[in-house]
Amino acid sequence: MSRINEEQVRYVANLARLSFDDDAIKKFTTQLDDIIGFAEQLNELDTEGIEPTTHVLDMHNVMRDDVVEPSLPREEALKNAPVQEDGQVKVPLIMEAD
Amino acid sequence: MSNFETVIGLEVHVELKTKTKAFCGCANEFGAPPNTHTCPICLGHPGVLPILNREAVDFAIKAALALNCEISRETKFDRKNYFYPDNPKAYQISQFDQPIGRNGFIEIEVDGKKKKIGVHRLHLEEDAGKLNHLADGSGSLVDFNRVGTPLIEIVSEADMRTPQEAYAYLDKLKAIMQYIGVSDVKMEEGSLRCDANISIRPYGQTEFGTKTELKNLNSFAFVEKGLAYEERRQEKILLSGGVVEQETRRYNDATKTTTLMRGKEGSDDYRYFPEPDIIKLKIDQDWIDRIEAEIPELPDSRQKRYIEELGLPEYDAMVLTQVKTMSDFFENSISEGADPKLVSNWLMGDVSAYLNSNYKTIDQVPMTPQGLAKLVQLIEKGTISSKIAKKIFKTLIEEGGDPEEIVQAKGLVQISDEGALHELMDPILAANKQSMIDYKNGKDRALGFLVGQVMKQSHGKANPNMVNKIILEEIEKL
Repeated sequence: MSRINEEQVRYVANLARLSFDDDAIKKFTTQLDDIIGFAEQLNELDTEGIEPTTHVLDMHNVMRDDVVEPSLPREEALKNAPVQEDGQVKVPLIMEAD
Repeated sequence: MSNFETVIGLEVHVELKTKTKAFCGCANEFGAPPNTHTCPICLGHPGVLPILNREAVDFAIKAALALNCEISRETKFDRKNYFYPDNPKAYQISQFDQPIGRNGFIEIEVDGKKKKIGVHRLHLEEDAGKLNHLADGSGSLVDFNRVGTPLIEIVSEADMRTPQEAYAYLDKLKAIMQYIGVSDVKMEEGSLRCDANISIRPYGQTEFGTKTELKNLNSFAFVEKGLAYEERRQEKILLSGGVVEQETRRYNDATKTTTLMRGKEGSDDYRYFPEPDIIKLKIDQDWIDRIEAEIPELPDSRQKRYIEELGLPEYDAMVLTQVKTMSDFFENSISEGADPKLVSNWLMGDVSAYLNSNYKTIDQVPMTPQGLAKLVQLIEKGTISSKIAKKIFKTLIEEGGDPEEIVQAKGLVQISDEGALHELMDPILAANKQSMIDYKNGKDRALGFLVGQVMKQSHGKANPNMVNKIILEEIEKL
């Protein structure tokens, strides 16, 4: 039984802002289906009454003090930005439009 | 009256005023030159290791306690995934299913009626950068200084029924955050931001109607106006047999209307998952007790004390406690021995008028609580008249100093000595004999005229009560 369909792959690809042709979608559908199938083996285990594991390290409360450390010089911070203006990164106009 | 009941819930973001960002040591500072407070961590470079700021957690716990929340004993962070240019990591570190605080409440008062508004949850997360849209439409500029600064998101229950209640909730929330000192809560600087959910339903119906979400509410007044407009818009739709669509709308203050921003089909799928870089938090009773002990007296409690112990009217108590610095100023003034009601009158009257017209807050003027207390006492003792006090006040609030010295320096001591007053008044009374006769014949206004003449001649320095007394004595002698 197939667990993943092409529609779901397109949906997830769109969320990740990726676009694929039909062949790639077919290929990914099969691959993702296999991956999910592999992970499903975990369902054989009885996890009744066991808290979900969010971290594999058995640690907690790792924090830092609220002390200022030097930031990057602006030129350094913006080095990878292809378009800049007034010390800022310029991007295509983004407005959640009316 | 309308046949519909309005249901409102608010989502408020409060920027925490820690010294540094939530997960790195970059300074958390408003108004710095763009992109001068960034590092590989907040810029989301690969392979970096964010570490949680302890102060941010303390502040979040403090806020949750002040809002009467239960504190989660075990909590974690999650990634909320989305693409937007203000967010270089393409995810925000937030809290999904284990918020730091839950099930709190805020007590509000509208038209004399008290009401508890539930706080559904309070969680800690990081802020995004700031987008500046260029007027020529050629693009947007991104400043990443704000990215990664700590925020708390406070989600209310859908307990509010009018835009006025929403306003009161925000007002109280702001005051509480200010009292506990976790945020500047300045809407104009974005350190307090609000989104609103609103729906309407026929009275008696238990299910909620379809809600719309309002954004771009940049002031408390906009929240109230935007909700009032949205209330009418939804009602018009329902009355004409239409259906309210679930959508996000933007408030536009120029037109006082809301316009469609995006519909339901654009609704978000954030694919939350546990943040692997941040280790889970365990908050034990000792930690909670330590933070609890740091919470100062909150506005509700101060208000109650002003009414019950200081005998102030409810209105005064409410106004004075809205802003912590004002309330502190008041307390410091009365601790100098000045009469609470008289100090309150000055603060709510002349002081507030001066602050409002000069766009200042009480902590931005040179006048000290001791100064105001002394001014009030000089009036009480009769050293200066209330008219002279106004003149002294102007100097006091603009330049600070000791009111007693200002009085001496300006030669404004009130004349209360009977001999000195006679010397001043006798010629005036002699010149206005007719008015004295008029008063004796029942023309009450004549007395006011005579007092006015004396005050004018003395440049306001004559003690009005004494002047009154002497004039009446002289009239008796006629």
